[in-house]
Amino acid sequence: MSMIELKYEVPGDDFTRAGEASSDVKRQLKKIGYSPDATRKVAIAMYEGEINMVIHAGGGEAYVNIDPDKVEIILADHGPGIPDKEKAMQEGWSTAPDNVRSLGFGAGMGLPNMKKYTDSIEIDTEVGVGTTVTMIVYPDGKKV
Amino acid sequence: MDELSKFYHSVTLDSDKCVGCTNCIKRCPTEAIRVRDGKAVITSERCIDCGECIRVCPQHAKRAKFTHLIELNEFKYTIAMPAPSLYGQFNNLDDIDYVLNGLKAMGFDSVYEVAGAAELVSEATRRLMDSGKLLRPVISSACPAIVRLIRVRFPDLVDHVLPLYSPMEVAARLAKKEASERENIPVEDIGVFFITPCPAKVTDVEAPINCEKSAVDGAIAISEIFPLLSSKMDKLTTLEPLAQSGIIGVSWATSGGESTALLKEKYLAADGIENCIRVLEETEDERIGKLDFIELNACPGGCVGGALCVENPYVAKARIQSLRKYMPVSKNHLDRDEEIPEDMKWQDELEFSNAFTLSDDIAESMRMMVEINKVVQKLPGLDCGACGSPTCKAFAEDLVEGYCLRTDCPFEARVDHTVQIPGLDDKKD
Repeated sequence: MSMIELKYEVPGDDFTRAGEASSDVKRQLKKIGYSPDATRKVAIAMYEGEINMVIHAGGGEAYVNIDPDKVEIILADHGPGIPDKEKAMQEGWSTAPDNVRSLGFGAGMGLPNMKKYTDSIEIDTEVGVGTTVTMIVYPDGKKV
Repeated sequence: MDELSKFYHSVTLDSDKCVGCTNCIKRCPTEAIRVRDGKAVITSERCIDCGECIRVCPQHAKRAKFTHLIELNEFKYTIAMPAPSLYGQFNNLDDIDYVLNGLKAMGFDSVYEVAGAAELVSEATRRLMDSGKLLRPVISSACPAIVRLIRVRFPDLVDHVLPLYSPMEVAARLAKKEASERENIPVEDIGVFFITPCPAKVTDVEAPINCEKSAVDGAIAISEIFPLLSSKMDKLTTLEPLAQSGIIGVSWATSGGESTALLKEKYLAADGIENCIRVLEETEDERIGKLDFIELNACPGGCVGGALCVENPYVAKARIQSLRKYMPVSKNHLDRDEEIPEDMKWQDELEFSNAFTLSDDIAESMRMMVEINKVVQKLPGLDCGACGSPTCKAFAEDLVEGYCLRTDCPFEARVDHTVQIPGLDDKKD
């Protein structure tokens, strides 16, 4: 059984390019005829993750593994890490700088939305080292 | 709907005129066109009849099929239904009645303004939205190219499309009913002809999505009637008062007109097919904040930008703005206490009809996708179009799907047959 393995560099210095990786994943999922519900969940959760990487971590790498039973999204950065994971998961909690907020981002919905739109999420973070977020979406997973 | 009518298109190709240049393949928003054996080929399932290729073809090889005036003779009684965009085509026009009288002078027995029906659609939309029964954001169903685009590409959004017929369809139904009662003639003897700004409306007449048969009997291009109509308008000696629309109806001709008529603040109006696609992508990904209504027009500026109009869309828009200046806000209203007439509501729901997946079997389409990604890595990424596919990615898909040969790519051909190319060959495994 073939699995589609994708890798993207998420640039940390160019905010205007954030969202390109998730757009490409969405395009490919549509092309292979993946479940529309799962495609939408992946597109939203990964987009939020990509934006987070750009705002907080200076970019990183995104790995996406697609197989018929699940889509796995791994977002790895070498940023400052998340000091308080519980707080970060609360809706509205944000440490985004003002210049980002002025664009309409940084509303504190990034991680909560990633949790909402995926069937499982794991955050592996260490202050000063970086954060790796692993999300899984099943084609017959929860409805959002 | 049978299979044949599902893929009826008004946009067609004149093979004799096509020289196999790549202008159309690069502009097609659904990547529906390829150049094969030196001629353009349109993939029926993907074409949404937006008319971009008609606009861009330097050889005028892309054409729209439409009804010709001679077909009026098939009916005992004929009604012209001008699109509001028609009013923007004339210089120094200060009264819509000149256009409507001109149409009668051309031989139509009567006229029925689509702008009038548009006011009813606006009112019905307001009521439906206030009822809270519609999924937000509600997406306009007036532009047939957009509805067809959503049908083939945006499965998550089909339930957001406003389930009302377009002003054209509503107008045709009303026009026939009223004329039949007024003139005491059977409906079958009445021919209703839409004066259309675009090929997508022709398709909507010939192969409607949400009902079995359109009440419109033919769609005549604005560009076809323009010369005759202008000369008839110049020769008018008397002016019968015929206009039946107000600011709201006439404003439907331009982008934002339908939205402003809803009297709601949270709306978005986009025009031009590429802009519309971006809005739909972002709506699907829930990236756009809370909106009540999204109005999308495939053509630049709205219907005034249709491929069958004669005037520059922005000039037409400016004219319509001054034309509507002293009009009443709206001349057409639904009965205050009555339900929205069934005739205005879609008979059939909009169903997603996927035209872009590689295979029905997901394992097979995944295998193909892996291959495609491998091929893409080896291509130069110039998107030159010389192979006949619009982009390197599209070429990779076509290759894996078996629609073309690797050597159709000039770079691949050169590598295969002659010298090594530094840079390109480094990328090969």
